[in-house]
Amino acid sequence: MIRTPLTAANSLIQLTDTRIKLLSAAGFSTMVACTKTLEVAVVALATSLCMVILAGLPARQLFSRLITANLFILAIWCITPFTTPGHVVISTWIFKASKEGLVQALFITLRCNAILFVNLALLSTSNPFSLAYALLALRVPLKLVHLFFFSWRYLHVLNKEYERAQIMLKTRGFDPGTNLHTYKTYAYLVGILLIKGYDRANRVHKAMLCRGFNGTFRPFHRLHLGSKDSILGIIMFLLITMLAAMEWIPDLHR
Amino acid sequence: MHISEGILSPEILLAGAAGTAIGISIGLRSLENKDIPKVALLTSAFFVASLIHVPIGPSSSHLVLNGLMGIILGWEAFPAIFVGLALQAVLFQFGGLTTLGINTFNMAAPAIISYYITRPFLRREGMGAVGLLACAAAGGGSIMLSALLVTLSLAMSGEGLEAIGRLIFVVHIPVAIIEALIAAFTVNFLLRLRPDIIIPEKTV
Repeated sequence: MIRTPLTAANSLIQLTDTRIKLLSAAGFSTMVACTKTLEVAVVALATSLCMVILAGLPARQLFSRLITANLFILAIWCITPFTTPGHVVISTWIFKASKEGLVQALFITLRCNAILFVNLALLSTSNPFSLAYALLALRVPLKLVHLFFFSWRYLHVLNKEYERAQIMLKTRGFDPGTNLHTYKTYAYLVGILLIKGYDRANRVHKAMLCRGFNGTFRPFHRLHLGSKDSILGIIMFLLITMLAAMEWIPDLHR
Repeated sequence: MHISEGILSPEILLAGAAGTAIGISIGLRSLENKDIPKVALLTSAFFVASLIHVPIGPSSSHLVLNGLMGIILGWEAFPAIFVGLALQAVLFQFGGLTTLGINTFNMAAPAIISYYITRPFLRREGMGAVGLLACAAAGGGSIMLSALLVTLSLAMSGEGLEAIGRLIFVVHIPVAIIEALIAAFTVNFLLRLRPDIIIPEKTV
């Protein structure tokens, strides 16, 4: 359940420095989230699609992610055009779709997918360890990075506990339904997970003290920027600048 | 209960990010180095617990547990929820970098309120009927308050989005009832079995 299958891809983007990827993804997502120009949204979607292709991600996982993200978008297409006031373009029975509403739904679809693509191409291809180091290098508070790192590290352990508890419930004939017994059982399951996490944390902390942990975070691999990393960084910077120019310098995109 | 990328207006995203930055800095200030593993592992426990699907009538919903996180973690719920959502973004691509701020705020602000309304009633020797009610109110109220914040975020981002926001609010009413029960039962369970998790012992 909790795996990172996308980090397995072995592509140029996968091997790029995580700091560059993180900064690029943040800059690109922010730009796309701000855009109100159709051309910018279309160009962003096209370029982010190229990034996904370059990243060489497995197609099946890619599609399942796309479908989940677009279910909510589908709901927006079903509701927003009929609830936004404006110039009516489609009218059936009592439902009237306005041009403004359709345009808004289109924008949301383009922006949402462009950001999803860039996240898939740049973020999902980094493993947790390099992501933690990159966050530290980018001056994210040490305590927050520690939290992130340890939560990730022990997610599998607690997921194992959860799977074991599920088997235990099944062997005892637990049949979930809409009743108080079910909710009580699940509440106790939540409680058990919290106790397991808490006790594990105490042991982890003691083990860390034994090994002389003093609150610093030592990278196993030194991060260093190669020429390939710089090139990708420069390309992303130029792309974001171009999108910004198209968005905010008037008459440029007309 | 989180809003996807590309929907909200930049102003709302920025406001959410600012609120979250303040919340996280308060949370981190009270977090001592020795408590980092504890908060981190409780965060992963909450993350796993939120994968539990509970039946509601013919449908089902996964647990959110933001109220419970507030009751147990206090202000540290802010960084904890942030980390949980960041993990979701990296592992499942649910949400991304630009919505992390507003989504954290919408879930964590009610968690902090939960902390303050339940703390006076929690004692090592138990909490009584009033405490049980306070926990239920915190668990259910957090869901409703989060849903309200989500609805407001949507309504302020575009006229046409208000309707979908209202729909989200209504859908969360049954979820809130279940979260109320889960929060009360879980706190009661922990107080009887392991009160040290709810009320940490004072160490020198």
